Amino acid sequence: MSIRLPSLSWFTWLGALRRPLVRALPTALGVVILNFALLQLVPGDAVDALVAEAGSATAETTALLRERYGLDQSSWHQLGDYLQHLLHLSLGYSPRYDMPVLDLILARLPNTLLLMGAALVISLTLGVALGTVMATWARRWPDRLLSSLAFLMYSTPGFWIGLMAIVLFAVQLGWLPSGGDGTVGAELQGWERFTDTLRHAVLPACTLASFFVAVYARLTRAAILEVQTQDYVRTARAKGLHPARVRLRHILRNALLPVTTVAGTHLGGLLGGAAVTETVFSWSGIGRLTLEAVQAREYRVLLGVLLLSSLLVIVANVLIDLLHARLDPRIRVA
Amino acid sequence: MSFVPPFDSDSLGDAAAPTWRSLLRRHLLRGRGAAPSAAHSATWPVLGALLRDPAAIVGLVLLLALLGVALAADWIRPGDPLDIVSAPLLRPFTDPAYPLGTDQLGRDIAAGLVHGARVSLLVGMTAAGVGVSLGTLIGATAGYFGGRVDAVLNWLIEIFQTTPSFLLVVVIVSITQSSLEVIAVVIGLTTWETVARLIRAQFRALLSSDFVLAARSIGFGHRWIIVREILPNALPPVVVTASVMVASAILMESSLAFLGVGDPNKVSWGSMIGGGRDMLRSAWYLTVIPGLALVATVFSLNLIGDALIEAMNPRLRGRVVP
Repeated sequence: MSIRLPSLSWFTWLGALRRPLVRALPTALGVVILNFALLQLVPGDAVDALVAEAGSATAETTALLRERYGLDQSSWHQLGDYLQHLLHLSLGYSPRYDMPVLDLILARLPNTLLLMGAALVISLTLGVALGTVMATWARRWPDRLLSSLAFLMYSTPGFWIGLMAIVLFAVQLGWLPSGGDGTVGAELQGWERFTDTLRHAVLPACTLASFFVAVYARLTRAAILEVQTQDYVRTARAKGLHPARVRLRHILRNALLPVTTVAGTHLGGLLGGAAVTETVFSWSGIGRLTLEAVQAREYRVLLGVLLLSSLLVIVANVLIDLLHARLDPRIRVA
Repeated sequence: MSFVPPFDSDSLGDAAAPTWRSLLRRHLLRGRGAAPSAAHSATWPVLGALLRDPAAIVGLVLLLALLGVALAADWIRPGDPLDIVSAPLLRPFTDPAYPLGTDQLGRDIAAGLVHGARVSLLVGMTAAGVGVSLGTLIGATAGYFGGRVDAVLNWLIEIFQTTPSFLLVVVIVSITQSSLEVIAVVIGLTTWETVARLIRAQFRALLSSDFVLAARSIGFGHRWIIVREILPNALPPVVVTASVMVASAILMESSLAFLGVGDPNKVSWGSMIGGGRDMLRSAWYLTVIPGLALVATVFSLNLIGDALIEAMNPRLRGRVVP
């Protein structure tokens, strides 16, 4: 007989949250220090770039600019400054864009999150569905066809798929816009603006998802084939449960565990892929911002993007740990 | 007194020159639990299993062809592939002198393709080499010594695992130097954590095994135990990872070149695609041709990696390949 203690689950949720959070802090600190040390090796700084762009500047002006942005201090001092600012949720100031780095990134973040979220949903649903189909007809023609397709998709660079999608759907068929994150100058509001954004997001999201669809499909197939042979599946079948119920509740639920774990480790890759996809489709998100910052030598922007990306990955992994606790009751006990 | 440890007679055969190659060869070609039916595969089971797998053969043939093209690039298409040789935007299959046509500046696409193969394979192999060596070193140290060393190295692994490696590569390459050598090394420096995690886990699992205990009790030093006892047993999964790393390094380099962060003095499939992008509406072949080359290369490497997983698993090896 099992006794359920509702208050216990609350504790374990907190427990599931605590461990990754404790682990996340030193990691985040390490990311900051590593990137800062790296960027200290860079020849020239933001003021150099600013002066080069302006054409000319007197020595006094550059010195004044350096003093204003704290670039005349020692590296240790700058790192200390940076860490202190971080504690106040400030990522520094970007001379080039003339606005705080955090605002700059936060302005672009929703676009990238939309793209990544859409790609993640597409790749997980499509990948798990395809993987289930592949495992159900394992080693027969539907499996072979889909496996080969997934393998091809797995080997194709995302930016090339994006370009081919533009040729097919935007140039030849004219169904979808070829780039941008909204119709230029349309000044749409409410529902129309939403659908307009959605139409622009279809191609980039599918492009970004393509690689991960293949990954999750292959993974789901392998996981299902492995889970299928477990004793509890045989037991479930033997006690006369409906095959669909066994497939869904006994097999798929357990097969999803490795898929969610891998989805967590791929988030960094998803962000990197988003950078390339954003460039292909002129989607103004964090990836495009990174490239612009690279060209403008805006190290504080680069640092901020890298830091926030890492934080995003950490937060997402915490969420995945929680999802795991939900999918696998054994984790709650442990 | 001459003492021959009975548990590791295998390694004493190579004791004269314990090179990396001999270690790797031994475990690639002479695994245990071979299928007794095939005579040639009893000594070289992994290779035997590979050669019985049609997918692996396709991959190997494709890769060998690419290697041949890359090595013979100067002979097939002499001269600098970045030179302007003909009228711009010659369509493929129209001029026999330039079978794949020319791009918007009049550069030979076929020349770019064969020289690009050299660049891609070189970057892929260098990056994977750097990544595997660094990952093995860090993973082995962390897994073997444990404790505080492990905590610090694991912290390092987590940092690199959390940071999106492509963004990191873009940042490092653009602030240092976008030469091909730097790009290859940087890709290796940012992707070692996969290998490190793998090796670390293997070391932790093998550390408590009997043969390590025996080697310890005889009084072998740390270096001997790491390099001669544990590492050979930990390497097989790394071989699979290495082939995937070559593929992903090639993809990464092409993405960098596509974004314009690559080496401007070298022709790369990625930069060819990036250049053709502006002409997507009128001259789509500029994008399609180098893209197909890229897909073929990565495809062949993934085929080999996949086949290696099956071939190296002794439980799967005896089975008839489906």
